[in-house]
Amino acid sequence: MATRGFTGRRPPEATRERLPPGQYLEQDFPVLQIGPNPRIDLDSWSFTLREGSRPLKSWNWEEFSALPRTAWRGDIHCVTKWSKFDTGWEGVSIDDILAAAGISAPTEFLLAEGYDDYTTNVPVADLAGPKAMVATHYEGKPIEPDHGGPARLLVPHLYFWKSAKWVKGLRFTKKDEGGFWELRGYHMYGDPWREQRFTGD
Amino acid sequence: MIDPGARPLPWRSATIVAIAAVTARVKNFRLRVAFDRPMLAGQHVDVRLTAPDGYQAQRSYSIASAPNEEGWIDLMIEGLPDGEVSGFFDTVAEVGDTIELRGPIGGSFVWRPEDGGPLLLVGGGSGVVPLLSMLRHRAVRAPDVPALLLYSARDAGEVLARDELLQRARDEAGFDLMLNLTRETGGRRIDAALIAEALERIGRPRHAYLCGSNGFVGHAADLLVDAGLAPATIRTERFGG
Repeated sequence: MATRGFTGRRPPEATRERLPPGQYLEQDFPVLQIGPNPRIDLDSWSFTLREGSRPLKSWNWEEFSALPRTAWRGDIHCVTKWSKFDTGWEGVSIDDILAAAGISAPTEFLLAEGYDDYTTNVPVADLAGPKAMVATHYEGKPIEPDHGGPARLLVPHLYFWKSAKWVKGLRFTKKDEGGFWELRGYHMYGDPWREQRFTGD
Repeated sequence: MIDPGARPLPWRSATIVAIAAVTARVKNFRLRVAFDRPMLAGQHVDVRLTAPDGYQAQRSYSIASAPNEEGWIDLMIEGLPDGEVSGFFDTVAEVGDTIELRGPIGGSFVWRPEDGGPLLLVGGGSGVVPLLSMLRHRAVRAPDVPALLLYSARDAGEVLARDELLQRARDEAGFDLMLNLTRETGGRRIDAALIAEALERIGRPRHAYLCGSNGFVGHAADLLVDAGLAPATIRTERFGG
């Protein structure tokens, strides 16, 4: 059903091909979060893998910074409709984190947990490979607090609410448990190319 | 919290039933729409427009009206000169036109009467829109809940719902209004002193809701944490995102 009088401003073909359905290209880097920036001191920062409530392995900032580094550059897509192209991130891949812990993933699902008590669920299979990481740098500089620094999850092939800011750990769960937004009507998986914004999409 | 087993959120057609100027740049659009679930104050909708060739554009807008049973919502939309969707609303949309909506959306930046107060609302520019929904809801459903709106705008001409807010401040016992006009004489960006004054007038809020531009909200949230509010009591929503 066409909207009377709406013609739209189509972006160039090359841009349209890179935009998932319903998205528009943003040049800035908008900030979205549920509350204030948590105040994080690097001296007391830690990153912990848990299975349920049981800690499996924990790193302090110095230890975490010594892990192998991974870089990724590409496009990110926010469920609020903006996409940003060619963003450059650096951090530690989830594969390398698991290797450093000397374990393989104990379950097929996990919840990423933030210092602001935010949570979001991601299937473990989606965290394999060089693009899923705990990122500490954006465009060559430490990630600013507004964008989730000192460390945030990066899962760029899913809507960006899955890339939890101020991440403090990953908690493996037996089944796929919804996180903060997933319990409030947002999609459990969140694939931008299938426009999985909300439950049932 | 919204039911995790929630049903799909379908697109619905919505008809513009009234258009009214709010300020020189902002218009209020009343849309007749039948949602299949209750709305909460503070939520938003996704709007979708379709061109004759099938091209579509989507944007999100906060709802300005209070939850009601009458099958309509109000959106306040600023006509941005280069806005693909807001430009349509500003220069094309007329009463009787039909667009597509889905919602209501969002379960974090919401206030229910049973959430109680005191309620501290901090809005910057058009960020006041979801706070207006909360105030309108409070006036009808929970007038005993104390509420203070600290509203920062560039000048008096840009204050949304100015007459309504001034009248509420006069007529509603539990509602207090602090207008901060940054570009008028003596005006300034919100700072620790303004936050301290707001907290003195409202008391320690049980809930604080902050909405506006990224810079405004980040700054206000930091000031509230500095003033000793528990971060978990502060909810933020940012425009331009």
